[in-house]
Amino acid sequence: MLMTVIPIAYALVSLAFLLSFWRLLRGPDAPDRILALDTLYVNTIALLVLLGIHLGSAIYFEAALLIAMMGFVGTVALCKYLLRGDIIE
Amino acid sequence: MRRLLPHPLLSVTLAFLWLLLVNQLSAGHVVLGALLGWLIPFATSRFWPEQIRIRHPLTLLRFLGVFVIDIVRGSFQVAYLILRGPTRLRPVFVAVPLALRSDLAISLLANTISLTPGTVSANLSADKRTLIVHTLDTGDAAALVAEIKQRYETPLKKIFEQED
Amino acid sequence: MIDILLSVLILTGAIFTFIGSLGLARLADFYTRLHGPTKATTLGVGCLLIASALYFSMHDEGVSLHEVLVTLFLFITAPVSAHLLAKAALHLKVRSIAAMPPDNDAPAD
Repeated sequence: MLMTVIPIAYALVSLAFLLSFWRLLRGPDAPDRILALDTLYVNTIALLVLLGIHLGSAIYFEAALLIAMMGFVGTVALCKYLLRGDIIE
Repeated sequence: MRRLLPHPLLSVTLAFLWLLLVNQLSAGHVVLGALLGWLIPFATSRFWPEQIRIRHPLTLLRFLGVFVIDIVRGSFQVAYLILRGPTRLRPVFVAVPLALRSDLAISLLANTISLTPGTVSANLSADKRTLIVHTLDTGDAAALVAEIKQRYETPLKKIFEQED
Repeated sequence: MIDILLSVLILTGAIFTFIGSLGLARLADFYTRLHGPTKATTLGVGCLLIASALYFSMHDEGVSLHEVLVTLFLFITAPVSAHLLAKAALHLKVRSIAAMPPDNDAPAD
């Protein structure tokens, strides 16, 4: 059961990747691209968690945690840049 | 007491987070977590000017229940709207006048609005009196504002601001 | 039994993740696109993380709860980044299919 569901989940998450990537390339505005990057990192977490379950290994968790933290900081920094034209004030 | 343990809630949260992070419940880690929970608020006390006081724990619990249900409800609704197609959406910006005054309560309200059905908070006016909210699909903006105020703002006000 | 629960959680999670990105790709303007990734994707990844916590609690010795940490973190950060993105878009006056809100200049931080 689990081993039939996981490939389907892989496929769905990969499709989500492609759709977000399309939005990243297409734009049209800077906030759209940042939103696409934001979605991409959350999708990466989803893929890592799936990989962890598939391989039965918990070592991917640390990577997911780091991506969550760095991704959030990155999104906030980019938004700040759009709002102020500068990151560090 | 106040000097020794400036932010008891923060300390408990930090100790709990430490236990989650190391993912085991051994005596050594409980002690280490408690130590971290005691030391970190000291080192960062300049960043925590506000003393958080929860006045109605039961209201808070009920609010958390509503919050969790609304996250699930909101995700299902957004999924349905996305699948139904972009042409029939009726997006609107609404301005929600705020009765809340403390920064903590306002930011909690904004985050709650963003995670619950069909709404994302978009901007807070400079005087912190109105919150601009974007809704994905609504027929009646006034009813939406009333629902936000009644469902989320009233309990938050009761929990964090009411004097009694 | 646990296997079925896990499968349902994984499938729901993957479907919501997919729908979130579908909304991002499909909807008409920036402000409506914002809704998909903030709500659907966050719940989807939350489901996957809960499935992971269940899986490792069943298969390894002892309970595994550190996935809850990532879930909590995502649920706290998703609305914050959505708010900042919407604010940046309003600041740049990104085109919207809804009527733009009245411009109260010098937005607060």
